[in-house]
Amino acid sequence: MARPPLPVEALLERWGPHRNDAPPGGFAEQSRRPPDRLVKTHCCFCGQQCGIQLKVRDDQVVGFEPWEEFPFNRGMLCPKGVRRYLQNAHPDRLLSPLMRTETGFREAGWEEALDFTARRLREIQERHGKDAVAVYGGASLTTEKAYLLGKFARLALGTRHIDYNGRLCMVSAGTAYKLAFGIDRSPNPWYDIPRAQVVFVIGANVAECSPITTDYIWRCRDNGGKLIVADPRLTPITRNADLYLPVRPGTDLALLLAMLHVVLRDGLEDRAFIQAHTTGFEAVAESVKAWDPRRAADVTGVPPDAIEQAARWFAEADRAMALHARGLEHHTKGVENCLAVVNLCLATGQIGREGAGCNMITGQGNGQGGREHGQKCDQLPGQRSIGDPAARAHVARVWGVSPEEIPQAGWSAQEIMEAIHRGEIKGLLSICFNPLVSLPDSGFTREALEKLEFFGVIEFFLSETAHHADVVLAGSLQEEEEGVTCSVEGRVIHIQRAVPPPANARADSWIVCELAKRLGQAERFAFASPREIFEELREASRGGVADYYGITYEKIDAQMGVFWPCPTLDHPGTPRLFEGGRFHHPDGRAKFQETEWRASGDPPDEHFPVLLTTGRVVSHYLSGTQTRRIGPLLDQYPEPQVEIHPRLAEQHGIADGDWVTVATRRAEMTLQASVVRTIRPDTVFIAYHWAGARSANQLTHRSLDPRSKIPEFKVSACRLSRAAKPPAWAPRRKVALPVRRAD
Amino acid sequence: MFGYEFFVDPSRCIGCKACENACAECDTHRGAPMIHVDFIDRRETIATVPTVCMHCDEPTCAEVCPADAIKKTEDGIVQSSLKPRCVACSNCVLACPFGVPKMMSALEQMQKCDMCYDRTSEGLRPMCATVCPSQALAYVRPERLAGRREWPTNVFQFGNQTVTTKVFMMVPASETALAVDVVDYMWEGRA
Repeated sequence: MARPPLPVEALLERWGPHRNDAPPGGFAEQSRRPPDRLVKTHCCFCGQQCGIQLKVRDDQVVGFEPWEEFPFNRGMLCPKGVRRYLQNAHPDRLLSPLMRTETGFREAGWEEALDFTARRLREIQERHGKDAVAVYGGASLTTEKAYLLGKFARLALGTRHIDYNGRLCMVSAGTAYKLAFGIDRSPNPWYDIPRAQVVFVIGANVAECSPITTDYIWRCRDNGGKLIVADPRLTPITRNADLYLPVRPGTDLALLLAMLHVVLRDGLEDRAFIQAHTTGFEAVAESVKAWDPRRAADVTGVPPDAIEQAARWFAEADRAMALHARGLEHHTKGVENCLAVVNLCLATGQIGREGAGCNMITGQGNGQGGREHGQKCDQLPGQRSIGDPAARAHVARVWGVSPEEIPQAGWSAQEIMEAIHRGEIKGLLSICFNPLVSLPDSGFTREALEKLEFFGVIEFFLSETAHHADVVLAGSLQEEEEGVTCSVEGRVIHIQRAVPPPANARADSWIVCELAKRLGQAERFAFASPREIFEELREASRGGVADYYGITYEKIDAQMGVFWPCPTLDHPGTPRLFEGGRFHHPDGRAKFQETEWRASGDPPDEHFPVLLTTGRVVSHYLSGTQTRRIGPLLDQYPEPQVEIHPRLAEQHGIADGDWVTVATRRAEMTLQASVVRTIRPDTVFIAYHWAGARSANQLTHRSLDPRSKIPEFKVSACRLSRAAKPPAWAPRRKVALPVRRAD
Repeated sequence: MFGYEFFVDPSRCIGCKACENACAECDTHRGAPMIHVDFIDRRETIATVPTVCMHCDEPTCAEVCPADAIKKTEDGIVQSSLKPRCVACSNCVLACPFGVPKMMSALEQMQKCDMCYDRTSEGLRPMCATVCPSQALAYVRPERLAGRREWPTNVFQFGNQTVTTKVFMMVPASETALAVDVVDYMWEGRA
């Protein structure tokens, strides 16, 4: 029984989120006692992985200083980076393992907590089979932790079922790029962006979700480049767009098909490139014939002439880049959406050169590195396929096991939750994942969690999901354990241990190794440090697609990051992929992939006529476990709101600041309206960073892309009504909307 | 920092408030930002604008101060009011054409952006311009801006008052000075 031991309100009262607004001792202490040291490391929030210096005093992080020498961001930071230090020395920090009791959680010793966890996991496996236990990982973990977790699930637990929250993030683009190119990485280093003549941003709220990329795009415009933005909302970067395409949620594919239609109709394709470096062009060319801009306009809501213009600019430029993110991926045709961008770049030869290419903007801190080395359900280290006998043999040799001991592919993150709900998976160990907030249809997720026979989590703050846990192992923040991550560009960078875990909290990797020992695998998890894990990871990745063999911590420090693949110690790394039209399939060619149009999984009808789309805001990160605890970031966007166009608002008698009930086929929630002209009138937007009654994912649906298994967060059918009264959580006074100037 | 100038380009601003957050971290004003970001009219547009002190050559704030508490350094930085002199009358707050000075009522003192004097005097760029992820706030050598669509100006016309500033504002290349009032375009004003 994994119901929370106390009412949620009581758990929130005890474990937070509470605010932290100032460094230890307050700001006055800063001038009295300067920091002991500055540690050059990286921000924990988002895939940009900006270089930052953390101020450390008395083994606590007490502030930040820009790190201007780091080439990616050159000192620039977003508000999350500026305030990230406030997560350290936080009053909510878990300082000891916790065991669930009848009346809440009690502190426990490590022996008790670890023994209990290992015993319960083993009991479930003995009774119901190895695969009755699953492991959840996360893409904010260092690559060492992600690697370790994959090995732990497969060897120590012997379960097929390990997957991670990156399943909600980059998998559609990753799947598409693997199909088309044979490799899952953005092909261009970011310093290519200012060199492009056209940048086409589709489904990426760059200013809020990858703020540093804004400067790259602005510098492209300084150089005379044109900016095209396709989005249902006028996001902040559209203020300088040369062309804005107001695409209806769920119809990006039609827009992209029509753009390729124009390219081929007008003979703007790069025949020489297609012939020399690709396969499958003819079938794709045939499939876009039906998608003339007039038809696409009816589907997408983008005027035909704008589609024509976008296609011409992109194809006629000497150098054009496409940037895409979750807006394209979070669909039941997320893979197709990304493939359509790839097809456009291949057909126009806009790839494999300086300033030319399609690039995915990874969202999570280690969104790239976290998916390369074995915590995905179908992958082994080095971006190897778990079904490939050669890959299994290589990894088995590194691990010192026979290939048969490595389980086959398991279920993806949402599929694991479905299996828990069906009662097939009965035990779960989770780290760096808050599925109650981040998975779709949170009512379903809650039911599933309540069915678990055992639920263990490794956490630094008690997340809403962890309310359901039997045992909470107090793990480490990003700044408390050394390791590497891989940034949006494919640049492997070095995360420093700025401070040790406080009190009785422990490094995540230590916890995983201790559990492995208790599961009889001490020998294979005898890692004394992250460096030792990295050394094994280098070998395990050797010869794979994501080859890290030539990367060392020292090389990263000396070069300010190393772009993989880096197969040998004297290899400088690979900032730009596909140069000379060489792709990573055995024949060296890129594969055009057909993309079939289909409707979204939760289509609007007369009862639910409005499109709901969800996303992020600049001051919060993912499920908010960290940023909802940082006072100034919370002040910037304190509660979720629903963005509504005045035309739609008027139809429902809704004024700015009114309480509005948004209902879908699954649930309803009430929140304040932000009436703005910057969103399509058939669409409403809610940011998803909050839990419980404030959670946008109460409303979303569980349809998945059949290949990437990503949920369709970007399109749900909904209806609106003016609420009779505010919800129970409403603050007594109207919350300060972010439009107000803070005095 | 020799050879560096401060440029504000509102057209680059994405409203993220990294600047405000970073400013608030400064030891000298402890949690309170000295600069601000405005959403012009969120209902109508995503346009935002950051405001820092423009450091006027002839600062209106200092001119209207009855206690002579606001001083400008030799290198043109207009400072917060001198605590022993400031009478917390808010004349400066009301008079500044850019809306910069803040009355800190708990301290009974006007505080304002001093372009991070503590940082620039040690060869560091001002904090807001260092972190700004869109470089709407930039502290760079002027040649870095060559070839931009916008052009720097430091001449502002407020009615009959012409204000020149240390900080530059990026404006459309056709403009040489920024005028904000109908009066500025009227014949009568020029007589």
